Amino acid sequence: MTFISESNLTSASIAEPRDYIALLKPRVMSLVIFTAFAGMLIAPSHVNPIVGFASLLAIAVGAGASGALNMWYDADIDAIMKRTRTRPIPVGKVTAQEALAFGLTLSVLSVFTLGVVANWLAAGMLAFTIFFYVVIYTMWLKRSTPQNIVIGGAAGAFPPMVGYAAATGEIGLSSLVLFAIIFIWTPPHFWALALVKSEEYGRAGIPMMPNVKGASRTRLEILLYTLILAPIGVVPWLMGFASIVYGCLAIVLGAAMVAFAARVYHIRNGKGADRCAINLFAFSILYLFLLFAEIVVERLLPFAGGTLAWLIR
Amino acid sequence: MTPEAQGNGQENGIVLTPAQQKSRRRRNIAIGLAVGFFVLLFYVVTIAKLGPGVLNRPL
Repeated sequence: MTFISESNLTSASIAEPRDYIALLKPRVMSLVIFTAFAGMLIAPSHVNPIVGFASLLAIAVGAGASGALNMWYDADIDAIMKRTRTRPIPVGKVTAQEALAFGLTLSVLSVFTLGVVANWLAAGMLAFTIFFYVVIYTMWLKRSTPQNIVIGGAAGAFPPMVGYAAATGEIGLSSLVLFAIIFIWTPPHFWALALVKSEEYGRAGIPMMPNVKGASRTRLEILLYTLILAPIGVVPWLMGFASIVYGCLAIVLGAAMVAFAARVYHIRNGKGADRCAINLFAFSILYLFLLFAEIVVERLLPFAGGTLAWLIR
Repeated sequence: MTPEAQGNGQENGIVLTPAQQKSRRRRNIAIGLAVGFFVLLFYVVTIAKLGPGVLNRPL
């Protein structure tokens, strides 16, 4: 017969494994895996596929751990916002303490694993990324300044650098370029969403740009960041670690991104304004995905060609 | 504790509900699989890092 102590009556958990997986923010994890993989592939040195896989897994779990710690700290505001109120802590499936323990355990395990499997520079960078996202962004910036996602965006931009460091043991200029692309991409991406959800952010007390500086200023900053982003997106081709196909794609996508941002800047009222902001938000995801996918595909094609040649030999 | 509870064999505590037992079992299986995967991962990575030379050593 199974017993629990009476003092722990309320903490007898009904959490399923899927609730713990939800704590890891799987969609963010998949983006982290993708960008870290791109960072690994642009590295000049060859990586053993098993070591590469284990490194990516460690980076992904580290990102998931920071997601769990973010949900632990933000449980109060997650319960207020429609987008986040169904997360495991607000719905009562997982307690905040369980999320904290889960996040801390996975943080230590992921950093240790990356250190042992790849190298300690990459592990240190992963530890710094987790610290930056949880302490600098979640605990400090998110609730105190409208520049929260500008500076906090660095946490989301580190994975390609961690992937590159895992492969080479150093910080390369090319990985810094991938960092810059994600870093500059983050503000227009999130502010486009914030323009539409500003009321919710306001209710939760999060000082997003539209709530603090107003929609006009946000639209201007979205346009300015996008104008900086478009040329930075082309740099991998200019620096020679991506092909001309990438270069052409980056130019076309960059121009389209500027066009979407310009529409957000010009169309300011009514449902049309909201639609423009949502369109920019959606296109920004496609923009980043296609740029990194192109890098991944063009680096993997020689391997695929070689494997095919070996198979039909 | 009531004499009835003692009589039913319920010593110091309460019985988990079927839902709690079911979710705990699922969590335990998930933890078991994760630990097993972790062990396997370290084994495979060790072999990969050592390379084929691991079998070529004097006895």
